[in-house]
Amino acid sequence: MAQPLVMKKDDDLDEEEYYSPFLGIEKGAVLQEARVFHDPSSTLGGAARLSPSFYTSSTRGTPSPRYNVIYPHLILVEATEVFFATTKLFQSKDAGLRRMVYLMIKELSPSADEVIIVTSSLMKDMNSKTDMYRANAIRVLCRIIDSTLLTQIERYLKQAIVDKNPVVASAALVSGIYLLQTSPEVVKRWSNEVQEAVQSRSALVQFHALALLHQIRQNDRLAVSKLVTSLTRGSVRSPLAQCLLIRYTSQVIRESSMNSQGGDRPFFDFLESCLRNKSEMVILEAARAITELNGVTSRELTPAITVLQLLLSSPKPVLRFAAVRTLNKVASTHPLAVTNCNIDMESLISDQNRSIATLAITTLLKTGNESSVDRLMKQMTNFMSDIADEFKIVVVEAIRSLCLKFPLKYRSLMNFLSNILREEGGFDYKKAIVDSIIILIRDIPDAKESGLFHLCEFIEDCEFTYLSAQILHFLGNEGPKTSDPSKYIRYIYNRVILENATVRASAVSTLAKFGALVDSLKPRIFILLRRCLFDGDDEVRDRATLYLKLLGGEATVGETEKDVNEFLFGSLDVPLVNLETSLRNYEPSEAPFDISSVSRETKSQPLAEKKATGKKPTGPASALSGPVTTVDASYEKLLSSISEFTGFGKLFKSSGPVELTEAETEYSVNVVKHIYDGHVVLQYNCTNTIPEQLLEEVVVFVDASEADEFSEVASKPLRSLPYDSPGQTFVAFEKPEGVLATGKFSNILKFIVKEVDPSTGEADDDGVEDEYQLEDLEIVSADYMLKVGVSNFRNAWESMDPESERVDEYGLGVRESLAEAVNAVISILGMQPCEGTDVVPSNSRSHTCLLSGVFVGNVKVLVRLSFGLSGPKEVAMKLAVRSDDPEISDKIHEIVANG
Amino acid sequence: MESCPSVKNILVLDSEGKRVAVKYYSDDWPSLSSKQAFEKSVFAKTHKTSARTEAEIVMFDSYIVVYKFIQDLHFFVTGGDDENELILASVLQGFSEAVDLLLRNKVHKKTALENLDLIFLCLDEIVDGG
Repeated sequence: MAQPLVMKKDDDLDEEEYYSPFLGIEKGAVLQEARVFHDPSSTLGGAARLSPSFYTSSTRGTPSPRYNVIYPHLILVEATEVFFATTKLFQSKDAGLRRMVYLMIKELSPSADEVIIVTSSLMKDMNSKTDMYRANAIRVLCRIIDSTLLTQIERYLKQAIVDKNPVVASAALVSGIYLLQTSPEVVKRWSNEVQEAVQSRSALVQFHALALLHQIRQNDRLAVSKLVTSLTRGSVRSPLAQCLLIRYTSQVIRESSMNSQGGDRPFFDFLESCLRNKSEMVILEAARAITELNGVTSRELTPAITVLQLLLSSPKPVLRFAAVRTLNKVASTHPLAVTNCNIDMESLISDQNRSIATLAITTLLKTGNESSVDRLMKQMTNFMSDIADEFKIVVVEAIRSLCLKFPLKYRSLMNFLSNILREEGGFDYKKAIVDSIIILIRDIPDAKESGLFHLCEFIEDCEFTYLSAQILHFLGNEGPKTSDPSKYIRYIYNRVILENATVRASAVSTLAKFGALVDSLKPRIFILLRRCLFDGDDEVRDRATLYLKLLGGEATVGETEKDVNEFLFGSLDVPLVNLETSLRNYEPSEAPFDISSVSRETKSQPLAEKKATGKKPTGPASALSGPVTTVDASYEKLLSSISEFTGFGKLFKSSGPVELTEAETEYSVNVVKHIYDGHVVLQYNCTNTIPEQLLEEVVVFVDASEADEFSEVASKPLRSLPYDSPGQTFVAFEKPEGVLATGKFSNILKFIVKEVDPSTGEADDDGVEDEYQLEDLEIVSADYMLKVGVSNFRNAWESMDPESERVDEYGLGVRESLAEAVNAVISILGMQPCEGTDVVPSNSRSHTCLLSGVFVGNVKVLVRLSFGLSGPKEVAMKLAVRSDDPEISDKIHEIVANG
Repeated sequence: MESCPSVKNILVLDSEGKRVAVKYYSDDWPSLSSKQAFEKSVFAKTHKTSARTEAEIVMFDSYIVVYKFIQDLHFFVTGGDDENELILASVLQGFSEAVDLLLRNKVHKKTALENLDLIFLCLDEIVDGG
């Protein structure tokens, strides 16, 4: 029994006041009444009224666990009983009741031995004269039948497919679609009949036949392609079938374009002709198919966009929604193509349907240029007050990306954000705004002062503790570095007076940060902090006391100015989990708790990485560096905790992990390259995937014979590597400072294997030495480059010394496309593309790409690349470099010349 | 079935968001409680808007829902987020017009419940297994 639990009592609904004949059905009563079915003389009306009550109770009932627990088998029996009762109704001649019976059988999905009972009745119905019976009987039978019985009725089904009556034919075809999943080989034999049905006059039959035909052939690409080719010549009339055909066509186009590059798209003419179809459904489907083609050109897009533009002014909301949604998608890839529709779109902002309005707004924000931003903002201010929070969040995110795109417009955008910040809204909405402002402050230096000011205003009456604390923390890091830090003090101290304990505590910390960094404010901060000593909350008092001592230079913790700052701004350099366990183990005694005794080895790498990404930017370094975190804080901590590597100086860059093994091998190893000024540390993250083994003394033997400039200085083996818990081993190399040392390393993993008894988890005493070949690793010049973006490339470029500029031209030879050449150069240099210039419009003949980055040794580098196509696919490039150090400019050229 | 247009569910709810007739075709909502949660959220999102004369549309949680209100009955058709809205709209149109015919222009909850059998039959005829 497939659904033994469907018979439920509606007792929960009993108390409902309103009128319903089917609420409050008692199961007992239903069963009782089911006996009525046995009586052939019972009135038809009564039986007809009764059968829906079964159906209702089987589909809409609220679960009654009491019943299910006590009588599970009873329910099973009952369902069977009801089923048999229902079958009696086959004797009835009433058409409506008969159809209800079909529905019941489908819903109860009887088990195999019961199927036999109804099969004969259904088969009789299949050949009856009433078309309604035949169609329904076919559908029911195909739902419940198994493959052995199927062969018996196959002949009838084949006939039904080519039946004159469209209802019967459709029913057979739909059943075919369903049967294809259970017994495909049978349905495949129907191909000819189905093909005939595709040519049918009836719209519905055509649609179902096409669907079935495609599914029969879906694994055979050539056949699908043939099908599409023959049908696109125009024998399909039904709009639904045409939609389907469009989908298949775009699928074929997708597959064929993978095989053959360039040339005209084979079925594009068909898609375009569909745009002129009578049915809006087909128009939309075709337009959408065109916009979704990969690498679509603007010439191909234009007709589709024009059609969508017409739909935008349709009176039907569904049409407007569909059009605006499609345009919204196009806008993210081809903003220019959509600009024609902007006027229509602006009128949609005041649309009744808020979904449409939001989509219109976000599309406009994507396509907008600098000049239209102000006008848009004005319109949106009216609009924002009457949409739901979740839409507002979408709008806020769109504004944020717009602001990053047009940094010069930050003033009006920032004003807008602060205005909406003052309005009513839920936590998520406010959080989205605050996050946006913080990101803008970080990325657009000019916006800092006004942004901080808006945030200060906001915390004056912010009801969310979390946001207040976040803003206060941010203020503490950024505030002291502004031109006039003193004006923030008032806002912060107000928090100490007015807010709850959590906010008070973070306000105290923020005050202390101001005190530490701004000498002129120190005396005033002292006064304020002293007042906090009388606070009612322990934590606030403790913090105030601590900071007072620190800043006063009396405490032992902060000997010098530098230590104080480190204490205030540095993040905790031990994993919080380890610290917590150590503190739990600590017993009150004479000896003070020593934080250095806390293990610094993180339990597992993934945990540390998760922490690093989930953490809010804390230190001033990461707050300044923009969206790309320069040095992964957890790596830095990890490396500085290893004594061998302490002399290497500051970590410059850590690469992402590079896999050195195939997936699903015995041992999985990936490597992270840590670049220092004069050293390179390779961190091998190993995972043992064999439960029966314990690895000991794991070390990676690195052959640097192909990398002359490197010499191995240290190596830190991993003592033991149990099953499924990742561990790290390190190898350090020395390299000449300031030289672009590149090379290839071959790696061999060496270790001692010990057998482990999986049941007890104990390892054997003696192990065997073994080794495991890993893939080669390369250090390339891009490893020495940090991706650091600049918000305004032109300003940054002009502020660089023109003397440092080096210009040269290169021929890049034959390339697949301009975009491919641009990406290749970007990846060789490993720099951050600015202002979205890494995206090449698909049909352009020339392109300028702006890159920025920081070279090892903290040298800022800006690159301006001009690409041009000369001849067929021949790419030429002009490279202009400016940097803080002319030598580095030369080196960039060297990299490109070699790469 | 990826390229075949498909309907995820058809709902008929009353003016308080309670079930009158529902039919689910996809496995997105495996349990009764998740179905009821979905109905509740759909209703909460739409009951304030007016969709009396023309079908309205809303998009949330990666579903597209087209809906229409007739008297105190609310009709909903749900599809996936890459579905052609107009096909869904035509399903809704077909369904609500059929119900209108079946109930002889007296579409409200009382008649709907009295003729629930007809509505279920109608659902069954319109969409077969999604």
